[in-house]
Amino acid sequence: MSTSVPISNEKPVAAVNTDDPVGRHPLVLGGLGFKSITDRVAGISLGKTPKTWPFALALAVSLLMVLGGSLGWLVSQGVGVWGMNSTIGWAWDITGFVFWIGIGHAGTLISAILYLFRQKWRTSINRAAEAMTIFAVLAALIYPAFHVGRVWFAYWMLPIPNQMGMWPQMKSPLLWDVFAVSTYATVSALFWFVGLVPDFATLRDRADTKTKQIVYGILSLGWRGSHRAWLHYERAYQIFAGLSTPLVLSVHTIVSFDFAVSILPGWHTTIFPPYFVAGAIFSGFAMVVTLMVVARTALGLKHLITMRHLENMNKIILATGTMVGYAYGIEFFMAWYSGNPYESFALMNRVFGPYAWAYWTMVSCNVLFPQLFWFKKIRTSIPAMFAISIVVNVGMWFERFVIIVTSLHRDYIPSSWSYYRPSLVDMSTFVGTFGLFLTLFLLFCRFVPVIAIGEVKGVLPAADPHNPHDAHDAHGEKAGVEHHG
Amino acid sequence: MKADLLAEFETPEALLAAVEELYRRGYRVLDAFTPYPVHGLEQALRLPRSKLPWLVLPFALGGGGGCYGLQAYLNGWDYPLDVGGRPPHSAPSFVPISFEMMVLATALMGVLIFFALCKLPELHHPIFEVEGFAGASQDRFWLGIDGRDPALKRGTTEALLASLGASRVAWTGETAKAAETSEAVKKPTEAAEEVPGAVTKEEPS
Repeated sequence: MSTSVPISNEKPVAAVNTDDPVGRHPLVLGGLGFKSITDRVAGISLGKTPKTWPFALALAVSLLMVLGGSLGWLVSQGVGVWGMNSTIGWAWDITGFVFWIGIGHAGTLISAILYLFRQKWRTSINRAAEAMTIFAVLAALIYPAFHVGRVWFAYWMLPIPNQMGMWPQMKSPLLWDVFAVSTYATVSALFWFVGLVPDFATLRDRADTKTKQIVYGILSLGWRGSHRAWLHYERAYQIFAGLSTPLVLSVHTIVSFDFAVSILPGWHTTIFPPYFVAGAIFSGFAMVVTLMVVARTALGLKHLITMRHLENMNKIILATGTMVGYAYGIEFFMAWYSGNPYESFALMNRVFGPYAWAYWTMVSCNVLFPQLFWFKKIRTSIPAMFAISIVVNVGMWFERFVIIVTSLHRDYIPSSWSYYRPSLVDMSTFVGTFGLFLTLFLLFCRFVPVIAIGEVKGVLPAADPHNPHDAHDAHGEKAGVEHHG
Repeated sequence: MKADLLAEFETPEALLAAVEELYRRGYRVLDAFTPYPVHGLEQALRLPRSKLPWLVLPFALGGGGGCYGLQAYLNGWDYPLDVGGRPPHSAPSFVPISFEMMVLATALMGVLIFFALCKLPELHHPIFEVEGFAGASQDRFWLGIDGRDPALKRGTTEALLASLGASRVAWTGETAKAAETSEAVKKPTEAAEEVPGAVTKEEPS
């Protein structure tokens, strides 16, 4: 598909390449230059509201209200409105928590790890992916916050001096999680904001009404694009990327410690940290593909979020999906090789027990379907990648469900064995978190530059003053620029 | 750095060439305003590396170390908890939170120090009143010269900038008002013709 996109640049594709290996597609198509990129992206935030947007927002907000209702009901009645019992103390709540946290990790991978690896293709997708991270982490935070039952005592998790003279148990992975996830949310938001400041300045400079000028003016903090500021900006960006890279690995490692540090068969394995991190990136990229396939069409950004970007993400899905499949295999190997009968029982129960349906859903979604991305035709087909990305999201939700529930529901005493069924409130809470996520994402798409305008300009061939040719590509707003989509 | 005289260029190449030429002619207090960081400008402007990493380092160490100390005090001394017979002060289990707090302290202070170094927020600035300066965040490349620059000469510098390819030349704030009354203000193209030696391309000698 990428080859069929009309390229109005006069130069052949290879001549306008921004990174070396010959024959790669340019990161920006359609002959877009400094001005037209600004027009296109800023136009989304400053222009008229698209006709479908209010409807999408209304739908998202109604789901958000479902979340509010579910949580209100939970607070008024107690955690018993969820379908858990004393055998299965964790179920959809922690599944939802790990599901959302995992999704967030792709955003950080794109914004931080790919930055450190000098992957220029990240520039068109990092803003939206980082937004996805923040909103997904917010959705995730709801679960532990409300699972404590008496939410008004949630502050007990923090080391705040109190009249009881007690302190939190700092040796518990659950408390590590409190610090890891809250740090992750804060750092992601700060990183995102730092990147947004120059783009808010662009919106401020283009604002057509006083209100927009004031709002974006305040958000941009008065950014002027001075080169002195840019030098600090780039250094700050590097520091943030350098911090976020170990941070994102630590967050999902600590999430996996919630399980791995316990002595429960099925949870107590050393492969969990890397396995969870790979799974998180896998599910997160699937969500980015789902969102970007829709957003690039809905917002007219096909020249900026090109097939090359999508294909690269599909390759990462393929790689991480394969790692996840490897981890599934290793779990079995270790259960057998360790000779631990409880571990073997937990694994056999997982595959052939009452939750076998969930296990095989997980395996087919996460291991089989992503393997189709070995084929370039499928990797570059919009309908195929959209379908597979949704399948992966479903599969990764099931992975967490399988790990949590199948390990818990048959413990050492057969008399306490049980079968977990979600309650209506379980389901409405989970659906509601999508409402929160989508509401925030729709607001983001409407009012915030969905593409890092300044960064994309930086990867244009014309951006480099030492580039001997193509000096005018970014300025020569060639005819046919408006011919897109 | 106060950018008092501003010049607009259409391309990053023109801006970079202008900065280098101005430096050759003795201008020393220069700045550039661009929609993205143009590489090579820091050398041309002779700007030092950002001190940000050194400034946040103490906070990173303090955040991580302080948090380790806090955990050791809380769980090891003030309220010891016996979990599975492990020692009250058990270093490995204090590592994760110490790391997270190191990151948090670095990020929070990093943002604050970054804005402080950029002297932001500064919502109003005379530079915004310059016509066309809005392009500096979009597709234009602006050059600024400080009014205190020893080489800056009203009348001559404007012409030099125009000859270097500036599409606009303007003064900011109070200097702009003063300039309006002064006779030195001429259309850049006219002035350019009057200045001998103000040529863009010099032959290498």
